This record gives sequence, C-alpha cells and structure tokens, in this order.
Amino acid sequence: MNWVYSDKVKEHFQNPKNILDDEENYKADGRGEIGNVVCGDMMLLVIKVDKEKNIITDCKWKTYGCASAIASTSVLSEMVKGMSLEQAYKIKPKDIMEELDGLPSHKIHCSVLGDKALRNAIDDYYQRNNIVKIKKELSKVVCNCMNITENEIKNLIFEKGIKSFEELQEYTKISTSCGSCEDEARDLLKKCLNK
Amino acid sequence: MKRTVYLDNNATTPIHPEVKKAIVEALALYGNPSSMHQQGRMANNAIEGAREKIASFIGTEPENIIFTGSGSEANNTVINYIYCNVPDCNICDRKNKHYNKHIITSAIEHPSILQTLKCYERRGVKVTYLPVDKFGTVAPNDVKKAIKPTTCLISIMFANNEIGTIQPVKEIAEIARHHNIYFHTDAVQATGKIHINVHDLNVDFMTMSGHKIYGPKGIGLLYVKKGIKLCPLIYGGHHEKNRRAGTENTIGIIGVGKAFELLSKEMDANNKKILALKQKLKKGFLEKIPDISFNGQQENSLPNTLNVSFDYIEGESILLSADFEGIAVSTGSACSTGSLKPSHVIMALGVSPEKAHGSIRFGLGRENTEEDIDYVLDKFPPIVEKLRKISSVYK
Repeated sequence: MNWVYSDKVKEHFQNPKNILDDEENYKADGRGEIGNVVCGDMMLLVIKVDKEKNIITDCKWKTYGCASAIASTSVLSEMVKGMSLEQAYKIKPKDIMEELDGLPSHKIHCSVLGDKALRNAIDDYYQRNNIVKIKKELSKVVCNCMNITENEIKNLIFEKGIKSFEELQEYTKISTSCGSCEDEARDLLKKCLNK
Repeated sequence: MKRTVYLDNNATTPIHPEVKKAIVEALALYGNPSSMHQQGRMANNAIEGAREKIASFIGTEPENIIFTGSGSEANNTVINYIYCNVPDCNICDRKNKHYNKHIITSAIEHPSILQTLKCYERRGVKVTYLPVDKFGTVAPNDVKKAIKPTTCLISIMFANNEIGTIQPVKEIAEIARHHNIYFHTDAVQATGKIHINVHDLNVDFMTMSGHKIYGPKGIGLLYVKKGIKLCPLIYGGHHEKNRRAGTENTIGIIGVGKAFELLSKEMDANNKKILALKQKLKKGFLEKIPDISFNGQQENSLPNTLNVSFDYIEGESILLSADFEGIAVSTGSACSTGSLKPSHVIMALGVSPEKAHGSIRFGLGRENTEEDIDYVLDKFPPIVEKLRKISSVYK
C-alpha cells in the first residue's frame, strides 16, 4: 500500500535528521526563522560555517508543522552540509522537492519555507560577520510575515505562469498570516500580468 | 501482526457483520424494484421492508422516508426545495414563496449545508450563519432573534461531527413551529448515538446516512414530514413517490435497513460501552500528556467523540505518526485538507488557530475495546513527545 507521500518523505518524517536539541550550547554562526504558527508551519534553522572556506559545516533545525514540512527541513539540513554559502543561498523549493522525490502541489508551500529559513540563516551569518553581500537580491520585501520579495513574485509569475492571486498564495503563502500586504501583492501581480 | 485501532468512526464505520451478510444476500435481488414481474416485486418487497424498519426506529410511517445517494444529497434536497420560488409550481406546495428568501443555519454545519448555502446565496438567498459558544452550542435565543418575515428554513445539525456537541434541537424546532418556519436537522452523526423520535421532536426534515451506523456507503436518508409535497433535486422517474428519481439502490437500502434493525437492538449497550471507553481515554490523556485541551461540549455530547488539541504540534504529523502505530484518527488541521485554513468548527469555538491545527478527533465505535484504549494511551504520549521535541514553538 502506498504511503501518503514518497518513501523519502516517510523516511525523513519518521527519522528526522539533525534536530536542534540544545540551541544555547550549539553556538550557531547563523540563525534563520520563517513561518507562522497561525498558518500551521514554523521553522527554525541554524548553521555552522567554516569561515576560511565559506562552507556550511553543519545545520540543525526545529519545525512545527505537517509531515512534509518536517521532512523537507530534515532533507534540507542534509543537503546543505558541505555546500558553499553561495550555493546554499541559491537552493530553490524545487531542489528540496526533487530531493524528496516530489510533493503534492498543495504541500509545496511547506518546502518553500525551508529554503527561506536557510537564506535567513545565511543572511544572519553575513550580518554577524559584517560581510556585505547582495542580500535578498536587493529586492523589496512585500510580505513580511512570509519574507517574500518583489523579485520572487516576479520570477514565480514568469516561471510558473501564475495568473491569479490565489495561485500566488498556493506557491508562496503570501498574505496568509497578517494579511496586510494583500493589496500590494495584488497590485504587483496585476502590473506584472499587464506587462 | 501489528495492532490496528480504528478511531475514525465519525468519518465512517466498519460494516456490521450482519449488515454484510444481508448485503451479500441482497445481491441476488437483481430485479428492478419498479418492475411488475416477480423479480421486481421481490426487490421492491425487500426495499419496503427496510423502509418500515427505519421508519419505526425514528417514530414515523414508512412513506415519510426517502432514500437518497448520501446524507449530502439529502441536505441538498431540502435546501433545493426551500429555494423553489415558482409561484404556481404544481409539483411542490410551498407556502410563503418569498422572492427574498432567508435561511438560518449555524457556523458549524457540515459542508453539504454550508457550501450549498454559499451557492444559493449567489442565487439571491439570504443566509444567517449563527455563531456558537465556546462549547459549540447554538443558542435558541439567537435563532429567535435571527428570524425575519422572509425566513423560510432553519437548519441546525443534531450533533456536530468534529466535536460531538449536541444542539438544543427540540427547543429550536419549537421556535420554528411557533413562527411557522420549516425546520431541518442534519442527524447524520446523531443517528444511533441518541434516541431520536421525529414525532416528539416535531421536525419537518431530518437527514441520516447509512455508513455512519455500520451500514454501507452510498445511501442516505431523508425524513420528510407528512403533508410536505417535496419537489425533487433529481428528476427522471416515479421512484420514491416522485421525490427522488433513480433506480433504487437495492443493496444499499437493504444494508441500511439491517443497520437500523441492529441499532434498535444494540444501540444502548454499545453507547454505554463506548462512553466508558471515551472517559477512560480522556482520563488517560489528562494523566499522561501535558498541555492538552478538549474541544466542544463535554457533558451534552455524543458518547463516542473526543476532540483533543495537543499544544505545540500540528495535527497532520500527529495523525500520520498515529497511523504508523496502526491508530486511525482525524484532524482539524489545515494541512490535512489542502487548504490554508484549519477546521471551521474548531475555529468557531473561538480557540486559537494553533489549537485548531493541533486538534485530533477520536471517534470511537462498537468494535473498540479496553485493550484498544490501553494501546492508544501507550502509543500517544511518545508520539506527542517526539513531535514536541522537534517543534520550533515548544519551549
């Protein structure tokens, strides 16, 4: 009998890797949080960095959420070990999904969060070490709760052929928390679609 | 083999072995119940026998029972009938054919009421969705206050499927009677768990379903009070006295008839046993798992339903972890539904979205045993502990 998700998701859900047991003594070099309990998913991800080589040497996490949210954070924590910061920064939700052998479409937003938590952790590392990098593609943040930028929205519209605000929400969970950015997001979508 | 404990009897119930036997026998009755030859008459006799058993179980005459394809269809039939506003319709005999129809319902009804009404709202029907208190109860006084001159239906469920809260149906039915308004109750979850006599209750319409009472799926029932000339939702034949077209589901009807017959024999003993098991489960949870709360009315509620919120963790991951142990439950979390919003029922209680995301429904049934509950109380604490350990919101 098939399980709800792929065997890979099952494995990472049943035996999650790299759980953060003791944050105080972990001494992370970078820390990233994303999501919101109200929406049902919230992730905390911490990294250790080899400062000479600019490589992520370790990654641990904690997640509040469904099975695929837990599995996607777990698999991400495995993926990033040994990766350069630049490489890790470029991880897309699609990469995490592929690593998990796929996820149902309505579950995509869960893994979308994992890569964002990671970027927040890397940004945090840069900030702590006064490293000036082109962070967040120098793009304006539209949704503060979910940390979604204008560039991300534009890319999604282009890549996924998004036509409605609801579709955009499916992909990003934009304005699903406090909702204050909904008008701005709708305007941006309208502008992009009219181009 | 690993133990399996089925605690999702509000979603559906396993078929009673005797119902199964009746269904297997019914497979031989291939005649069309509308046909005049002996094959047809045999099927028809069996169907009418089932109808009699069901009618007597709820205290009415057989002609007041209509077989439908589901409880959802029965609910849709009632709303569709109320909506009809053809002034000189020769099928139905609706009084008060207002053009601005108003319907009163509650915020915690089944989607087959709520989504149907959303659609009829777009067709011009006005709907009041009454709030519930923190236990999930509708206040009869709120019903009274919501009545308008154009109100033509009050539809309040008998007992809620997610939290088990029983509504003051009799009081609300009286209010409806007093104002000469039709009253419908969706008794899909209440059937077989509470004694219902439609005559005493004085309801106009009542919905029931086969697969929640150890009967087959694909069969629903609608009680329609004598004298109401219903217009059908499905046209196309003389079946069910012109009230629901479609060749009768002989197998389903015989199955559900048997299920009702068994209820009249076993219901009280089953409910007594089930309630004791639920209390054991609740007590065990309180002793073994910190940071939990119970959703819904605890006193006046279905004997089999326990809805628990586990703080700091999310329902789908609890459900799937329980499933690994062979325990079947359901959740009000958004993640399980594919939407972004958690259960409308739990949210209507005024609890936080976190509590709704972390809610698990235990729906006990006639097959559950003391050992089942011991097993759940053994397996659940480590599941909760494990998920809390990896949760980013658990201190």
